[in-house]
Amino acid sequence: MFIIKCPYCGERDHSEFSYGGEAHIVRPKQPTELSDDQWAEYLFMRKNIKGLQYERWNHAHGCRQWFNVGRDTSNDKIHFVYKMGESPPK
Amino acid sequence: MSNNFRLDSGGEINRTERISFKFNGKTLFGYKGDTLASALLANGIHLVARSFKYHRPRGFLGSGSEEPNAIVQLHKDKAKTEPNIRATQIEIFQGLEARSQNCWPSVNFDISEINNFFSPILPAGFYYKTFMWPAKLWEKYEYFIRKSAGLGISPTKRDPDLYDHKYYHCEVLIIGSGPAGLTAAMIAAKSGKKVLLVDEKPEHGGSLVGANSEVTNIDNKRPKEWIQKTYSELVKIKNIKVLNRTSVAAYHNYNYLIMMQNLTDHLNENDKKNKIRQRLWKVRAKKVILATGSIERPMIFDCNDRPGIMLSSAVRKYLNHYGVKCGNSVVIFSNNDDAYETALSLHGKGIKIKAIIDIRQESQGDLVNKCISLGIKILWKHTVVKAEGHKKINAAIVMKLSNDNNSVVGNKIKITCDLLCVSGGYTPAVHLFTQSGGKLAFDEKKFYFYPYKTSLDQLSVGACAGIFNLKKIVHDTYIKVNTFLKTNIKNETVVADYKSGGFENIWLLPSNKISGKVKSFVDFQNDATANDIKLALREGFKSIEHVKRYTTTGMATDQGKIANMHALGIISDISKTKMGELGTTTFRPPFTPLTFGALVGRNVKQFFDITRETPMHYWHKDNGAKFEDVGQWKRAWYYPMNNENMYKAVQRESKAARECAGILDASTLGKIDIQGVDASEFLNRVYTNAWSKLGIGKCRYGLMLNEDGMVYDDGVTTRLGENHYIMTTTTGGAATVMSKLEDYLQTEWPELKVFLTSVTDHFATVSVCGPHSRKILEKVVKNINFEDQKFPHMSFNEGIIDNIKCRVMRISFTGELSYEINIQANYGKAVWEKCMEAGKEFNITPYGTEAMHLLRAEKGFVIVGQETDGTVTPGDLQMDWIVSKKKYDFIGKRSLYRSDTMKEGRKQMVGLLTKDPNEILEEGSQIVAEIKKSPPMVMLGHVTSSYYSPNLKKSIALAVIKNGKNLKGKKLYIPMKNKVIEVIVSDAVFWDKEGSRLNA
Repeated sequence: MFIIKCPYCGERDHSEFSYGGEAHIVRPKQPTELSDDQWAEYLFMRKNIKGLQYERWNHAHGCRQWFNVGRDTSNDKIHFVYKMGESPPK
Repeated sequence: MSNNFRLDSGGEINRTERISFKFNGKTLFGYKGDTLASALLANGIHLVARSFKYHRPRGFLGSGSEEPNAIVQLHKDKAKTEPNIRATQIEIFQGLEARSQNCWPSVNFDISEINNFFSPILPAGFYYKTFMWPAKLWEKYEYFIRKSAGLGISPTKRDPDLYDHKYYHCEVLIIGSGPAGLTAAMIAAKSGKKVLLVDEKPEHGGSLVGANSEVTNIDNKRPKEWIQKTYSELVKIKNIKVLNRTSVAAYHNYNYLIMMQNLTDHLNENDKKNKIRQRLWKVRAKKVILATGSIERPMIFDCNDRPGIMLSSAVRKYLNHYGVKCGNSVVIFSNNDDAYETALSLHGKGIKIKAIIDIRQESQGDLVNKCISLGIKILWKHTVVKAEGHKKINAAIVMKLSNDNNSVVGNKIKITCDLLCVSGGYTPAVHLFTQSGGKLAFDEKKFYFYPYKTSLDQLSVGACAGIFNLKKIVHDTYIKVNTFLKTNIKNETVVADYKSGGFENIWLLPSNKISGKVKSFVDFQNDATANDIKLALREGFKSIEHVKRYTTTGMATDQGKIANMHALGIISDISKTKMGELGTTTFRPPFTPLTFGALVGRNVKQFFDITRETPMHYWHKDNGAKFEDVGQWKRAWYYPMNNENMYKAVQRESKAARECAGILDASTLGKIDIQGVDASEFLNRVYTNAWSKLGIGKCRYGLMLNEDGMVYDDGVTTRLGENHYIMTTTTGGAATVMSKLEDYLQTEWPELKVFLTSVTDHFATVSVCGPHSRKILEKVVKNINFEDQKFPHMSFNEGIIDNIKCRVMRISFTGELSYEINIQANYGKAVWEKCMEAGKEFNITPYGTEAMHLLRAEKGFVIVGQETDGTVTPGDLQMDWIVSKKKYDFIGKRSLYRSDTMKEGRKQMVGLLTKDPNEILEEGSQIVAEIKKSPPMVMLGHVTSSYYSPNLKKSIALAVIKNGKNLKGKKLYIPMKNKVIEVIVSDAVFWDKEGSRLNA
């Protein structure tokens, strides 16, 4: 049970959020131009990192905003949160 | 029992309050402050349980939550009875009833003890090996195995007790109120922080509770006095809260902890009444201090499980805290100096100590010297090789250890006794530390795992951090806690200190017999012996996790609190692997078992989940509707008349909807208000069909896919204005569709100016269908011309009902002429009643979800989630017509051109007609082309929807079948348990293929 700092609302309990998978996977602008393999890469392939992972979270039972989280999957420590469209802090 | 083992004085029990209780039907007496264990021991009762597998007699080993043997069944009442309760943790009260479990006919004479004689053929993995074949008989074996191997009996009636949940936030949580915990609490409380101190026991003081007051001394006080003084000072401080009888079950990440507080289990029945039994605490702590103490280890030798063999620290606690002697003639068996404090305690009370058996060569500790000076006999470098006696120990057989400790030498010495105190050293209680994600390290000299690394704001102090000397505990706690809390509170505690000798460890003691003849128990509760572990290693199990599962060591309800270290030690010795490299098995929550009641709390019956009711709910209720749960919604299922059953009601409702008029409450459908200059473009991207050209005031059916091309949701969307739409979703999909659309808007297409608002609850929806529906609507809704040309199918108009604006859509899910009135939710019931009144002359019939399903199946309309299951494309539904070929992109489009979604031989939705028109198929039945005598048969697909159609007067069904689109007219079979049903593949639309009725 984490505590997540929503960039819009501040620190809230894990139970208010829903998880949205790996972040920074951009939907291809021209899907029809892609081969099956390229489309499968976008559709199915995820890194599933042990360590610092960038992922999407939604403050579902709050402001309903999506944002990004940098979380260490080995100990669930959240290192940073940042808004959609922003780059992860270096 | 005539023997009275209660001392004449001493202990913390209240001798003025005598309590009677029953054990195995016999009335016994104890005092207020006794546990069931101490009260039974005071009555001279050691034999309280039979073991799990061999039904061996078992007594008390410990005095707290670590107890593996003495688990009992509490209460007789079928609702309140509770199995597997540690007798060492139950406080007695007037009227308590407890029983031994896993024995028949009684704990004294247990027939299944015959298992003990068969034990050579009941080794680890016995069940896996023996009952593998023939597989068919497993169900029969299982019954007998479960019957003979087992624990207590579950309650069979509903739990009548009240339970509670509580959320709590604090700056410092301290777990354990022993010397380290109390010291830490004092520092934390003085710092002004909000502190919570919890302990699982009724009393505070931890290991000090059982301490010998002649030996242990703090601030020139006896241990009890010091605890009293510290506790009373603590509770005066306003910023600290102290809880007893509160066990931390789970320690999660981010310092989130679950604890269970026992509020009334120790009270008598009258005082329990109308009170909350247990409270589950959900605590968020900024900082956590673990002061969970340590657990004493037993010794592993032949028949080390006999009643009357007890942990030395437990014997000390029974003596000093409860005023109970566990025996009259005692042998102590040790590898450390701590057991000598027990010897001094017993000797001080005039109890005869026959001998102390010590595996060490010598010790120069102060307590040892004191024992020597008192003339207590010590046998150095000796070991117990066997405990004699059956239901109670009557002698210890002792032999000298060889120089290398690998074998025993010389003659057997028999020492008669009625109590054997064992002390194998202490194991830090690191369970909560590891639960929280902390990493352990093994100290190769001191033979224990200690907290090594944590990423949380957390600290371990005292014995759980591997410090056992009282003076060191207090000193070290001050230093660590001051640093941890950034405080500077001075340590003014004066602790009497004494010199201690070393500690020597032998995991599995050598024996004079071959190992096959020896029964040395490692896990008492699961009856796993050292031989079982050896066997597992011989059979090739290497990983500690595998050995654990194969032998079941550490898997009982005590989770190996006693067993784990020895199991690891024996594996380490045999496999010649260092303990540190071997690692430990994972400690999982809960630390001690929790009740389901506490976990569930108040979330029972109607509070289990939210119930959503439509504005017309009470009309349905008043008119006898049966309800169906659809997600959280209660939907009217059917409205039985004159004791109709469901089938008859649904047939009647379905007929009326087509012949006269039907009315359905469709308020539960998800409704999303979509506004913004890019609303049309947005719909183009989320639905498979095109939306740009939809005129204002028109409705369109849309199919929504996942990015993988599979059907996700469907519904009708209406264009209310240039940049304004109202989308409907399935009842169950409302929330997920909303969040999916938000996801795309916020993350993929932030450039689109579109705003979504969920308005599901804001509108009530009354759907009126049937040939007379137009006439009814004309009577109810003003300001709308209902002529077919003016208000055609798939269009929308705004009307007025009694000055209240409403939206009317002419859309149909039944295939009949049909209108949906959407009105502000508060007016829902009134509008429904108006329609009923206006429809009376046309025999308007309310119909529920079941008739709705039947009607749409006649028409071949799919229900997402019934005909689809997340693996179905629009093509599979034979709905290619709804997929735009022109649109450049929409969610899921690219996936429709993947090799898998385009391949031949996918399943397609088709209709099925039974050979016998009265035969109704079972939904979910498998369909085959070729019948064989017995399975397996090649399955082509399954029935998704099936009804008897009152309008077609025959059975109809929808199904998904491999290559179904090419099978029209083909005969297929449905094998049932006792028969085979013949079906013909047909078109999925059974009713009004031309659509003349809905366009009427």
